[in-house]
Amino acid sequence: MVSSIKIETPLDEETISKLKIGNKVLLNGIVYTARDQAHKRLVDELEKAGKENRQPNLPFPLEGQVIYYVGPAPSRPGMVIGPAGPTTSGRMDTYTPILLEKGLKGTIGKGRRGKDTIEAMKKYKAVYFVAVGGAAVLISKRIKRIGTVAYEDLGPEAIYRLEVEDFPLIVANDVYGNDLFDEGMKKYRKVT
Amino acid sequence: MREITSEEVTQAVENLCISSNCTLNEDVWKALREKLKNEESLVGKEVLEEILENDRMAEEEKLPLCQDTGFTTIFVEMGQEIKVTGGDFYQAINKGVGNGYRKGYLRKSVVKDPLRRKNTGDNTPAWVHIDIVPGNKLKISVMPKGAGSENMSTVKMLSPTEGVQGVKKFVLDWVKERGANACPPLVVGVGIGGTFEGVAKLAKKALLRPIGSKNPEPFYAEMEEELLKGINNLGLGPQGLGGSSTALAVHIKTYPCHIASLPLAINLQCHAVRHATIIL
Repeated sequence: MVSSIKIETPLDEETISKLKIGNKVLLNGIVYTARDQAHKRLVDELEKAGKENRQPNLPFPLEGQVIYYVGPAPSRPGMVIGPAGPTTSGRMDTYTPILLEKGLKGTIGKGRRGKDTIEAMKKYKAVYFVAVGGAAVLISKRIKRIGTVAYEDLGPEAIYRLEVEDFPLIVANDVYGNDLFDEGMKKYRKVT
Repeated sequence: MREITSEEVTQAVENLCISSNCTLNEDVWKALREKLKNEESLVGKEVLEEILENDRMAEEEKLPLCQDTGFTTIFVEMGQEIKVTGGDFYQAINKGVGNGYRKGYLRKSVVKDPLRRKNTGDNTPAWVHIDIVPGNKLKISVMPKGAGSENMSTVKMLSPTEGVQGVKKFVLDWVKERGANACPPLVVGVGIGGTFEGVAKLAKKALLRPIGSKNPEPFYAEMEEELLKGINNLGLGPQGLGGSSTALAVHIKTYPCHIASLPLAINLQCHAVRHATIIL
């Protein structure tokens, strides 16, 4: 059993600088959900605000925050949320660097990140956590509260504010540019 | 002619949508437990434990194993002595899908148009493959296919002279490149032969075969074993984070093809390998 590091959102640079790839983390506090369409809207607004030389009007402040790539299943009566496992992170790679530049400190999903996102995590000091893909029921039990933040028209793809308790995660990319997918594969590859 | 009512079809599809999404098949339980026993990486072991714990919870509470309850792919083998009465067969199937996804609290993940992307609200339409077979039975298999693994699938038209080595190399390179995003340990469905559109169907249908079953043709049984070993030697491991459990099985399905072509398709399937079948 590898022991877990408990951390709380919002994240500061000191906390995440201590995290290394392969570390097990139990995350507590608020995370915001967003996936494909919500990312597109966030980044469109950032770009528009940049062009118009004004402050962007975002549905939540990015500074120190964590985004979870998830589109939950419907909740049954009496449940906080339906099954809510991670979706594939790579689809968000087009949008992630600009969000990191604006202060986002962590992302949660499954699967590999692109080169530009890994570079941006190193540059702006942010981490990428992997949640176990397909562990949707187990993860949903760690979500204690849910509220809608924006883009309700997107249904499961809307932005929700989740209060999580001991959300089990693994650090897959740290602020030093390391990649657990590459390192893990190297370590366990057998040449035949 | 044996008569089956469209209501029977609707009810069967509704039940299959719920059971395939909420229950892990016995062969998959067995294969995952086996992987947990033999996994070399500590992180990999913990990932497998979390998956098994999740699947136990889902079964206990009758909840979907995964939030992505997929695009509903349905394979039908219809006996030629069957007559479906009381309505349109495709409508009966889609009604079953809509009912199942509503009553089972399954996520509705289908948009009406690929570019204008408005949700249909009930996960319809399903994609239905129908084969006419001898006899008077109706076999329906429901496979909810999540986008995570579906997006990591491909069709490649190889040159005939590339042969066995060409196929093996392409499959290994593909899994190495894309496998981590498809929720490993995977089942790798491989279609070889047929035509451009046919080979993709072969790869998908191969995923229905139980894990641990042998390919009836010794030539392909051996190829499956070699590919499985090769894939597990890649080191991707559970969720791609490193380890020895990258795939639970490789299933090959073939069909005759043109002298000038060698179609190849790879349909990756996640560790839940969801599907359920009924024979009416």
